[in-house]
Amino acid sequence: MADASVSPKDSFHLSQLIYDSRYRSLTIQTVAMMLLMLGIGWLVYNTTVNLAALGKDISFAYLWTTAGYDINQQLIPYTSQDTHARAALLGILNTLLIAVLGCLLATIIGVFAGVLRLSKNWVVSGLMTVYVEGFRNIPLLIWILIIFAVMTEGMPQPRDFRPDENGVAEASMILWNTVAVTNRGVFVPRPVWGDTAWVLGIVLALSIVAIFAVRSWARKRQEATGEQVPVLLIGIALFVLPTVLAYFVLGRPVTFDSPVLGGFNFQGGTQLRNSFIAIWLALSLYTGAFIAENVRGGILAISKGQSEAAFSLGLRPNRTMQLVILPQALRVIIPPLISQYLNLTKNSSLAIAVGYMDVRSTLGGISINQTGRELEGMLLLGLFYLIASLLISSVMNVYNSRVKLKER
Amino acid sequence: MNKTILLGALTVAGLAAGAAAAGTMDDVKARGSLKCGVSTGLAGFSAPNANGVWEGFDVAVCRAVAAAVLGDPMAVEFVTTTGQTRFTALASGEIDMLARNSTWTFSRDTDLNLDFVGVNYYDGQGFMVPKALGVSSAKELDGATVCIQTGTTTELNLADFFRVNNISYEPVPIETNAEAQQQYLAGACDVYTTDASGLAATRATFEKAGDHTILPEIISKEPLGPVVRHGDNDWGDIVRWSLHALVAAEEYGVTSANVMELAAAPTDNPEINRLLGTEGELGAMIGLDKEWAVRAISAGGNYGEIFEKNIGEATPIGLARGLNAQWTDGGLLYAPPFR
Repeated sequence: MADASVSPKDSFHLSQLIYDSRYRSLTIQTVAMMLLMLGIGWLVYNTTVNLAALGKDISFAYLWTTAGYDINQQLIPYTSQDTHARAALLGILNTLLIAVLGCLLATIIGVFAGVLRLSKNWVVSGLMTVYVEGFRNIPLLIWILIIFAVMTEGMPQPRDFRPDENGVAEASMILWNTVAVTNRGVFVPRPVWGDTAWVLGIVLALSIVAIFAVRSWARKRQEATGEQVPVLLIGIALFVLPTVLAYFVLGRPVTFDSPVLGGFNFQGGTQLRNSFIAIWLALSLYTGAFIAENVRGGILAISKGQSEAAFSLGLRPNRTMQLVILPQALRVIIPPLISQYLNLTKNSSLAIAVGYMDVRSTLGGISINQTGRELEGMLLLGLFYLIASLLISSVMNVYNSRVKLKER
Repeated sequence: MNKTILLGALTVAGLAAGAAAAGTMDDVKARGSLKCGVSTGLAGFSAPNANGVWEGFDVAVCRAVAAAVLGDPMAVEFVTTTGQTRFTALASGEIDMLARNSTWTFSRDTDLNLDFVGVNYYDGQGFMVPKALGVSSAKELDGATVCIQTGTTTELNLADFFRVNNISYEPVPIETNAEAQQQYLAGACDVYTTDASGLAATRATFEKAGDHTILPEIISKEPLGPVVRHGDNDWGDIVRWSLHALVAAEEYGVTSANVMELAAAPTDNPEINRLLGTEGELGAMIGLDKEWAVRAISAGGNYGEIFEKNIGEATPIGLARGLNAQWTDGGLLYAPPFR
């Protein structure tokens, strides 16, 4: 305080902005901000000038004009007479489908591969090392193309399923004539919902509720008496039996429409197109390899004392992993897992390489090309991926805060 | 002002970078080479030969323009473009002109801010199927799987054709002709559809070309021609009249063999004289010298020579002149007078 009173009052020099530690950080921030604003301003100005020179304007009105092109994979009805906006929506749904299914499969693959890579069995851990290193170190695009090429070149044509004059066909359907694997995709039976099918849904929902009730009852019982109940067996029985029973009681309200060869191609059933399979498997296997490493890292992060303590309590290795190691490892695994989910979602835009009609192919591809609205299309596309990524990370962050260490 | 806008603006800058609206000819002359957008490889139209030199019907247009402007038909930098990237490449200034069997349509000419300077091939969309399929008409294709290049007019025609005829199909979107060929040959699609000339060119490269047939239906008009950016009319004129010079040369019997002889001294035909610069000042009117057309014709011959050499009946592609004959032979080729 003494020093402060000694210093002269009105002796502010401009040089203080740099040399005085009280002002320096403010100065730097202000200058950086100004440079940033100038940069942005220059970009916007440059765009405006160049667009004007090309005689182009920025307009999103094209979204409401007729698209005119067809899309093969339709989650909602669409014809070529619908608008570009609806085509974009179809693309968005296809992207989300790949993202959700990809994240699910990648997580399953990743957790298994990560745990198995730590296995004491040399063959198992060796195989998992080969998988992880193979997929992590080869670009995703190449995997997509490899799987696509194998599907297209290696699988039989629909024509090959047709018997020749001797009644012998070159290829045949698998799984009791319900699934056809062709070079145009895999045809699987499609469920047809009858009038009373909704009852089945309710029964299934009720049995899932019952499973949770049984589990919490079993836990309480175990805590109180120490006796264990075979929760898994009861769970499976509860899951399957009531629904199957209801299915027959209601007179089979759900039937399956199996694919049948007719005309140029298989008719009926659901077609999982090659492009879909290629992008789904490639994304899942590729991201799964990264998740496997996260899982392995997470497990190794738990001190060995934890498992030794569990063993000394008499827990078997399986139960140790399930009850002691994984719950703690999750805290380490979840944060990098979020970024893997984001990566997978964004990487799904590589679907264009095999002609999967995701949002990059519709909104950011054909629509742009047919209308010449590159800037608008790319801005919308960027906006979509931004929103999708923010949504995924916020949902995952909620989950993360649930499993992370509760500090009191 | 946050990250979104910054990223957006960066995208914008990327798209608009290097956009040049005027003075394309000055740019080309300063650079000493012409940047010409071509397809990623379509036999007979634009494909590199065994020595890596680009050849073909579309390539010849690029070479003629380069010869007229720069005096060297080899001073061309070929930039490969797909159906999806071609117009963006042109609009952004990445290429000076596009000669990539692109269809002249209203919206491309107006809304996309492009200028189609003429037509070098009158085409129509057709269908190719394996003969084993036993199909004789496109209307029998109900339920067929169709390989289609995305971002093309054929994609829209296809949707219209099947909708109007009330039959269904499964589109397999594909980026390049090579990919389409691979998918088609593997049987991943029953039908390949694109411009009939493209089908003939693709079929010519097949191991067993005879196993595939092109259906009789031509479902659209596809006038294919070179494209330049809208707004640089001087450059547009040069490309337009280079193309007309090739067509006119055929009409007047000027060939790569006799062009030097005819250009040496004025002939009896004033139209030839004006074309070849022995009379009048036509070259100066488009900012070139007198011999511009002589060089353009010497580059690969007149329109007829280019046609016969690359895609004519003597080549594996084997296209007849048809609509692409001179107007005097009942075709649609009609160069405006050189005066």
